[in-house]
Amino acid sequence: MSLPAIRLAGLKKSFGASEIIRGVDLDIHPGERHAIIGPNGAGKSTLFHLISARTPVSAGAIELKGENVVGLKPFEINRKGLSRSFQITNIFHNLSVFENLRCAVLWSLGYRYSFWQRLAGLKDAQLRAEAVMEDIGLARRRDTPAGILSYAEQRALEIGITIASGADVILLDEPTAGMSNNETEEAVALIRRVTEGKTLVMVEHDMGVVFGLADRISVLVYGQIIATDTPAAIRSNAAVQEAYLGTSVHHD
Amino acid sequence: MSRAASDVVFRRGRLLLWGSCLAVAFALPLVFKTGFVISLLCQMGIMVVFALSYNMLLGQTGLLSFGHAVYYGLGAFVSMHVLNLIGKDGGPLATALLPLAGGLAGLAAGVVLGYVTTKKAGTTFAMISLGIGELVAACALMFPGFFGGEGGVSGNRVVGKGTLFGMTWGPQVEMYGLIVVWAFVAVAAMYALTQTPLGRMANAVRDNPERAEFVGYDTQRVRYLMLILSGFFAGVAGGLTALNYEIVTAETLNAHTSGVVLLMTFVGGIGFFYGPVIGAILITVMQIVIGGLTHAWLLYFGLFFLFMVLAAPGGIASVISMQRALWQARLLGRMVPHYLATAIPVLVLLAGLVGLIELAYALLAGEGATAGDEATRVLGMQLHLHSAMPWAAALAVSAIGAAGLYWLGGRMKRALHQSLETMNGGKA
Repeated sequence: MSLPAIRLAGLKKSFGASEIIRGVDLDIHPGERHAIIGPNGAGKSTLFHLISARTPVSAGAIELKGENVVGLKPFEINRKGLSRSFQITNIFHNLSVFENLRCAVLWSLGYRYSFWQRLAGLKDAQLRAEAVMEDIGLARRRDTPAGILSYAEQRALEIGITIASGADVILLDEPTAGMSNNETEEAVALIRRVTEGKTLVMVEHDMGVVFGLADRISVLVYGQIIATDTPAAIRSNAAVQEAYLGTSVHHD
Repeated sequence: MSRAASDVVFRRGRLLLWGSCLAVAFALPLVFKTGFVISLLCQMGIMVVFALSYNMLLGQTGLLSFGHAVYYGLGAFVSMHVLNLIGKDGGPLATALLPLAGGLAGLAAGVVLGYVTTKKAGTTFAMISLGIGELVAACALMFPGFFGGEGGVSGNRVVGKGTLFGMTWGPQVEMYGLIVVWAFVAVAAMYALTQTPLGRMANAVRDNPERAEFVGYDTQRVRYLMLILSGFFAGVAGGLTALNYEIVTAETLNAHTSGVVLLMTFVGGIGFFYGPVIGAILITVMQIVIGGLTHAWLLYFGLFFLFMVLAAPGGIASVISMQRALWQARLLGRMVPHYLATAIPVLVLLAGLVGLIELAYALLAGEGATAGDEATRVLGMQLHLHSAMPWAAALAVSAIGAAGLYWLGGRMKRALHQSLETMNGGKA
């Protein structure tokens, strides 16, 4: 069996006296689509921040493809092939859609901090950015500043920036938050398409999305994972129903 | 296809624009032959480079620096010392290349000082840049061996024998030619930089440093590299200043100079590459022309800055860009009568305010220095300070102007608002 894409062991995070993540152990297999669900304030976003190094870890270990990544900076983790999106749209507002995506591919193509190459001459960066733009359905908005896109378009761009570098471990934080039913459907199709063959971890509130996309689901309650299993098993898990899902699982 | 075609047209247009700017720059001394104008043009060329180098930080990377004169000033001092060092062994070629020494000095200063300042962005960067600026300015007075103390360091740009393309750089007009060449090379290089991976990632770091980190970029490194490169170009401008004035004083690296370059860049417009060019030209003209007309020029300067920040926070370039968009949407024609109508009360108000300011300035300054000087010249008129007449007249003119501006300016604003609505509505 290959190494887990992400392994969390005894992961803890405290802000002052309050412990938000209270010892999380979790293995995420390469190539699986894994959803993390849980009530508000369970620590789902914090867990993402810890994995992506946005927030420093208090205790425990995080391994990315078998390598300890605790203490690395966000850009170092990104360079190791982990890319994430944000719950609150996090894009380059004054840059055009195309420039947003081109910025997202530059490092992975090895252009680093080059100030001796013309961007216009970097065909691979241009083609890659255009391919992603096509993928996320924003080709006709190519030159529009990202800041004036519609909300759903910004969310699509957010996903586009996240996957553009070709990272093989993708973290999506509530990718469909605030979307209408139609938009959600499109977003799910988009996520399915662009994460093909990659490891996907997502935090999501929409149970339709979760049960439609995920191979496995982890339920995070009050900073601890109380169950990790297939959607069907989670649906019938008594502890999960009692602790969190209640009735909402049945109406999907 | 159409994108590629429009790119070609765009590129040709840009080439034409740069070419005609260069041609105009070289033609100007043929039209204006007075020493005053040529000196003015020299100062403009230097300030264009300096302001553009500043905008690499402010506009492109989002770093508000209060100490950019440090790189400019150190470039100037090092250039002057190099000039004096090569002395008789040098020649016109060495002189022509001297701004490169200034650039390298600015770059070295950027490597050392930037390492500290660019650790953080935002307010922290602004504060540290202010601190470093004060530190270096204080050093300038503490180490007269290098900085020349109060008198500064002077030199002679005509060194050695012979000529370069017939130039000795002695006459001011030859110096102007050298400045134009250097300015164009520097401006082209700074423009090219905006079209590179580092240049684009600087914009990304400005817009959203967090996201930049999550696409693999060390934002601290991006800021550091941009500051070093910006220091280089500021140093080039410093080197040109040293050659142009043949004297460098501590003023070139103090907070006042840092303030002026911030002002130029901001007034011109930080969101556009060419914004600081406009700002540098305009402010230089204001400094020298208005400075020659009235002692109260700093006051006008301050009022103008205040007006720009309030009325056009995007700078002159943003106003131009808006007019171009209106023109492309065939809406500019509708606005022109409004602009002309608004210009009338603006001029009236300006005349009234100038009258008031000059009267007040003459009265206050006269009390100390030349007591008994009861008259002052304002807009060519001889006015008596101690009679009520000129004061009342200036006040009345101001009031009429203000009332007219309130009425016509309001109409212009509404018309502009409507035009912009039409334009944006038509697009969506």
